Amino acid sequence: MAKENGKRATPLLDELEKGPWPSFVTEIRKTEDVSPMCDDLLGQLELSYAEKKGHWKHGGIVGVLGYGGGVIGRYSDVPEQFPNVAHFHTLRVNQPSGWFYTSDALRTLCDIWERHGSGLTNMHGSTGDIIFLGTKTAELEPTFAELTAAGFDLGGSGSCVRTPSCCVGQARCEWACYDTMKLCNDLTQAYQDELHRPPFPYKFKFKCAGCPNDCVAAAARSDLSIIGIWKDSIQQDDAAVSEYAAAGLDIQKDVCDRCPTRCMSWDGKKLAIENSECVRCMHCINVMPKALLPGKERGATILIGSKAPIVNGALLSSVLVPFVPAEDLLETIQELNKRVWDFWDEYGKNRERVGELIQRVGMANFLDAIGLDPVPEMVSAPRDNPYIYFQNKKQDSEEASK
Amino acid sequence: MTTQTQPKAKRITDIGPPNYEKFLPPIVKRNYGKWKFHETLAPGVLCHVAESGEKLYTVRAASPRLLSVHTIRLFAGLADKYCGGFLRFTSRNNVEFLLSDFANIEPLKQDLAKAGYPVGGANNSISNIVHTQGWVHCHSSATDASGLVKSMMDALYPYFVEEKLPAKLRLAVACCLNMCGAVHCSDIAVLGIHRKPPKVRADILPKICEVPTLIASCPTGAIRPATANGKPSVEVIEEQCMYCGNCYTVCPAMPLNDPENDGISIWVGGKVSNARTTPKFTKLAIPFLPNHPPRWPEVVNAVVNIVEVYAANAKKYERMGEWIDRIGWPKFFQLTGIEFTRYHIDDFKNAGQTYARSTHIRF
Repeated sequence: MAKENGKRATPLLDELEKGPWPSFVTEIRKTEDVSPMCDDLLGQLELSYAEKKGHWKHGGIVGVLGYGGGVIGRYSDVPEQFPNVAHFHTLRVNQPSGWFYTSDALRTLCDIWERHGSGLTNMHGSTGDIIFLGTKTAELEPTFAELTAAGFDLGGSGSCVRTPSCCVGQARCEWACYDTMKLCNDLTQAYQDELHRPPFPYKFKFKCAGCPNDCVAAAARSDLSIIGIWKDSIQQDDAAVSEYAAAGLDIQKDVCDRCPTRCMSWDGKKLAIENSECVRCMHCINVMPKALLPGKERGATILIGSKAPIVNGALLSSVLVPFVPAEDLLETIQELNKRVWDFWDEYGKNRERVGELIQRVGMANFLDAIGLDPVPEMVSAPRDNPYIYFQNKKQDSEEASK
Repeated sequence: MTTQTQPKAKRITDIGPPNYEKFLPPIVKRNYGKWKFHETLAPGVLCHVAESGEKLYTVRAASPRLLSVHTIRLFAGLADKYCGGFLRFTSRNNVEFLLSDFANIEPLKQDLAKAGYPVGGANNSISNIVHTQGWVHCHSSATDASGLVKSMMDALYPYFVEEKLPAKLRLAVACCLNMCGAVHCSDIAVLGIHRKPPKVRADILPKICEVPTLIASCPTGAIRPATANGKPSVEVIEEQCMYCGNCYTVCPAMPLNDPENDGISIWVGGKVSNARTTPKFTKLAIPFLPNHPPRWPEVVNAVVNIVEVYAANAKKYERMGEWIDRIGWPKFFQLTGIEFTRYHIDDFKNAGQTYARSTHIRF
């Protein structure tokens, strides 16, 4: 990784500047005028490519005063070779709902980061935050002061409420069954303390998706998944259906035959939907967006418990409340959070996500604890084994049930 | 610097993110919650029509996720030039320009092409790959993420700029089992894996780690206390280790990076959407491919092969997992030429649920 004529040789990374897809190596290289960190980052990365091995270590706790999260400490394990990235911490900056920006807001963020860090970002990180990639400990407070003065705040890290995120929702989507951006923002503001000062056994994520297409992967990636759904009938424009047919769409094959419950029929002129059998999967609406729309009685399903594999295997969220009207969502979720967090705080083990706790204690016990009645929408099927733990008597049932 | 005689400015905390409303283009504010339908005008170009009749045009372009402030300023400049300074990013790290003037679409596309950020990634395309930090910034990565993504997307580029697949195809890369990229529900997932237990650095362990915390960090209880050179240390029960790297996160004296044994696994058939079928996890397709930076040819070839076999065989609207459900896993392995091995058979908790429990066998 020696420098020749003052220029660092990076033959392996140079290969990644070729080809049609935009190159992250080019991004790092063109930021060299912002900070000497970028050149050392390329040097260390070239070393990783040569040795097939990462060179970061996870150091002590770093952060800003009064916060327990939002900064990821990172140190090079070869600092003598790459002194400019000896400290290379990340700041997570809470994104605005829906990742909307004005050009001025983006330039403000860029100016702050150019003054205090590497000038490299991720737009955005996996959880949704704006990621400021790489700075030194001494720059953390000044960066934070400038960010808050500009109206931005840090996101979550560690055992806290992680930065909530949402799909574009009603800002640009006719399918959004509730105002995802508002709910996301309201939840973020309501839990500022839990977001900045980790109070939990492990992380807790919220994701707000406006419809069952789930463009923010709420079902896979959030402890509390709020997925928009409607209760009444699909809104249908027969003339527009006919236009799709006239334009060559095979409504029988591409719409009716793909319906998971076969609740639709097409006689060549009229599409009939048996809405009581519809599971609101979105397929027909996705195929004919001009002709079909979610119903008017809109809200969301609340699901709980999804996570990636660490520690006890990956989980998808499962249904906790089948339907909450849009206008009641914030209040319902806050009440649920209170009960879920109380139970998790008391019984969760260190680094045990709420989904894993439910697996360990059983959904039925969990429902008792949070005072929700079991409903068949919560399961794909009732149990198929006979090992039922019968309860002697219902304890405190009056108080526990909502 | 603040001198002691000056009162210290009040420190601002807990303000949360700026309210999104001030970042919404006027056309969005006027039609918020009142969109009627949308259509696709060209790959990566959408038109949303409001009840009012107003039309909002979205031009979606790829980004490498890792962005220089210079590139963000370039995007900001394009937003100023073509759409009143308003733009957004998507959950898959694309950038979207929100236009109210149809005439600006083509010049914007040309400027983006000139700058090297291709337009596409909507509908039945391969959109941008969700991914993790890899060697750029992570301590536990078994491989790089950005380099893999770059290598794969160079090869899959035609699928990004055109919409020619049977259904949408969503890829993800995670550089270790922690899966910050949540690859467990993607059509194709590329996952970095370690295959050897951590090595205990007894020389530095007592100085930098707390032994009880370290022991508690292991999900399988594979770490137990030991004494090395008269000082407290740990040992690893190797057959119990599943190479998750949790211990390394807690204690840097437990490195498990291993250039010879780290590598890549490939998973297929997951989805998060509820369309037609319920959300699904990805399933193992290829247990191990070697780490060959800078271009990972084995991984790129394997992914391109799976994409091509899927594209040639799936029916219209079938996602990867739905196609495999219809044809069956034996046919998937046969069509892709991927070898089925002992590693494909689950041996974790509740493994029996994935055993074939019927005589529904295709010949």
